[in-house]
Amino acid sequence: MLEIKDLHVSVGEREILKGLTLSVKAGEVAAIMGPNGTGKSTLSYVIAGREGYEATTGDVRLNGENILDLDPAERAAKGVFLAFQYPVEIPGVATMTFLKAALNAQRRARGEPELQTPEFMKRVKEAAASLGIAQDMLRRPLNAGFSGGEKKRMEILQMALLQPRLAILDETDSGLDIDALRVVADGVNALRSPERAFIVITHYQRLLEYIRPDSVHVMAQGRIMRSGGPELALELEERGYQDYIAQEAA
Amino acid sequence: MIKLASEAEATLSSFYEEMRDKGAPRLRAAGWASFSESGVPNRRVESWHYTDLKTAMGRPAPLATASRAALSLPRAHDSLRLVTLDGVFRPDLSDIARLPDGVVAQSLRDALAQGEPHVLSALASADIGAQDPILALNAALMQDGVVIQIAPGAAIDRAIELATLASAESAQSTYTRALVMLGEGARATMIETLGALSSAPAQDNSALVLRLAPGARLELVTHFSGGVDQAIRVASLLAHLDAGAMINSFALIEGEGLNRRQIFARLDGENAKAVFNGATLGRGRLHADTTLIMDHAKPCGESREVFRNILDDQSVGVFQGKVIVRPGAQKTDGVMQSKALLLSEQAAMNNKPELEIFADDVQCGHGATCGRLDKDQLFYLTARGLPRREAEALLIEGFANEAMDAIEDEQLRAFLSDRVSAWLSRRISR
Repeated sequence: MLEIKDLHVSVGEREILKGLTLSVKAGEVAAIMGPNGTGKSTLSYVIAGREGYEATTGDVRLNGENILDLDPAERAAKGVFLAFQYPVEIPGVATMTFLKAALNAQRRARGEPELQTPEFMKRVKEAAASLGIAQDMLRRPLNAGFSGGEKKRMEILQMALLQPRLAILDETDSGLDIDALRVVADGVNALRSPERAFIVITHYQRLLEYIRPDSVHVMAQGRIMRSGGPELALELEERGYQDYIAQEAA
Repeated sequence: MIKLASEAEATLSSFYEEMRDKGAPRLRAAGWASFSESGVPNRRVESWHYTDLKTAMGRPAPLATASRAALSLPRAHDSLRLVTLDGVFRPDLSDIARLPDGVVAQSLRDALAQGEPHVLSALASADIGAQDPILALNAALMQDGVVIQIAPGAAIDRAIELATLASAESAQSTYTRALVMLGEGARATMIETLGALSSAPAQDNSALVLRLAPGARLELVTHFSGGVDQAIRVASLLAHLDAGAMINSFALIEGEGLNRRQIFARLDGENAKAVFNGATLGRGRLHADTTLIMDHAKPCGESREVFRNILDDQSVGVFQGKVIVRPGAQKTDGVMQSKALLLSEQAAMNNKPELEIFADDVQCGHGATCGRLDKDQLFYLTARGLPRREAEALLIEGFANEAMDAIEDEQLRAFLSDRVSAWLSRRISR
């Protein structure tokens, strides 16, 4: 599904990703763990296509296609979804209006017919109900004045609606209490499928108790330092990231 | 005696000679005297600093003399329309016969000929706005317009449109004035349409005087559109609110040319409430100036002003807002906010909010910002699949919506949303 090879990325003058290589298969849930400031969010931005996060060398392929030259909207239409660590507030734009615009823009880009309002409403309502999102929240401006938990749930609602091929969850657990974490994790688990891949970025092992990963990758100093199975997360929880930071210094 | 400084003022003086015996001589004379003191304002006049009317006007276009005969006017909304075309009130284009019970309308010309004292005194702008030379000029030169009286207690559900339109094929000047008097407890919805049907650079000076008796409520939507590069439109709104009266107003300014909307509002009774919101959609070389004086003369008044300027190309926005709280106007609650969104390098915004507070127990605030589209918001929307231009359009629409939230009439709200969408579609497609 996703193949990243020797990726170098600079933001401004600073090189953040320094030869990152990662492969995620369809149906796989890959966890990326690592200390603060190692470029985890940068990786998510590069995959999603954020301006200012340009690859100097390397390759990012989605189902065999190099996506680095595509703009964010084109990548989204091809199935890339980023659940933001800090979802952005959009005053004046009703959540429902935004959801419909996004879904239909993707459908248009893929040459699919736009969804008409009744069918769209049905899908939104179902997804909202399963995530415990009240109807009146959908009429409010997107994320404006939402609590941290509400914003994260709204990210999962968008994911459920847009049905991406590759979903990147950037610190989706941050700022969530245990109940909200469970709701969000249930939402993610419900979307797991053999055709869909997930990259779950987190500091803590806690989220991975709810979203069980197939693979765990340790990221430090702009690279994947080690890859393994779910047991690697437990080891990290016990020993911390000191080994990887020390390794770099040596 | 009076020293007229320029060719512009000499031409205007000849207009005055033409109009001075056309009713309300004292009102005209007072207006002319007031205008003559300062002449056509240039940048050195503080309240006109950002809109150099003198330079733009050059030599005034001839005074409109004839209104086009037959004309079909498209209808944008289901309202009862009263049309002033090329400076002349046009019963033939208006829905006078269909006005509901409780609403009486006549032309300004007829009202001036009848000279009823209460109408003449209501028409005058002696207190608020008295300092403004262009409003004074309007009083001196008013050609025609419409006078509407709404009976006490009347509840008028259907919107009434006051359309002031220019259709002449060559440039001409028009001076029009409308008066709307709402009786005690009356309720109405009105649309003020200022538009141009031809591509001649008209010079239009209009005034709308609103008198709200105690407890009266008015929802007012103003729409500036049309115009060409060299056109000049100055529209003044005078609003007097008695005790417990309410006005909820929104103005959309689009089109071209030099536009200035000036609002002089006064809360003359306790517990009156005024909302003056607005949005500008600037494209080409549009110049859109909103200058507002919100005068709290009595206690417990509330005022809200939310303005959004969306400026593309070389368009220029101006917002000058002054909230005055008179001595004794305790418990006044006022919030004024102006935000601008610059969509091109050449667009410019001038924000000048002011407070003048002479009472001690009041709550008043103002804010003014000016910026570009937010990069984080754009990335968020494009990452969800919206192409760049569509993402921008959604953000711009959201920005405009914040000023439109208070509009209660759903039909008018839909009409304005459509105008915003049409403006945005043009931006996406080019």
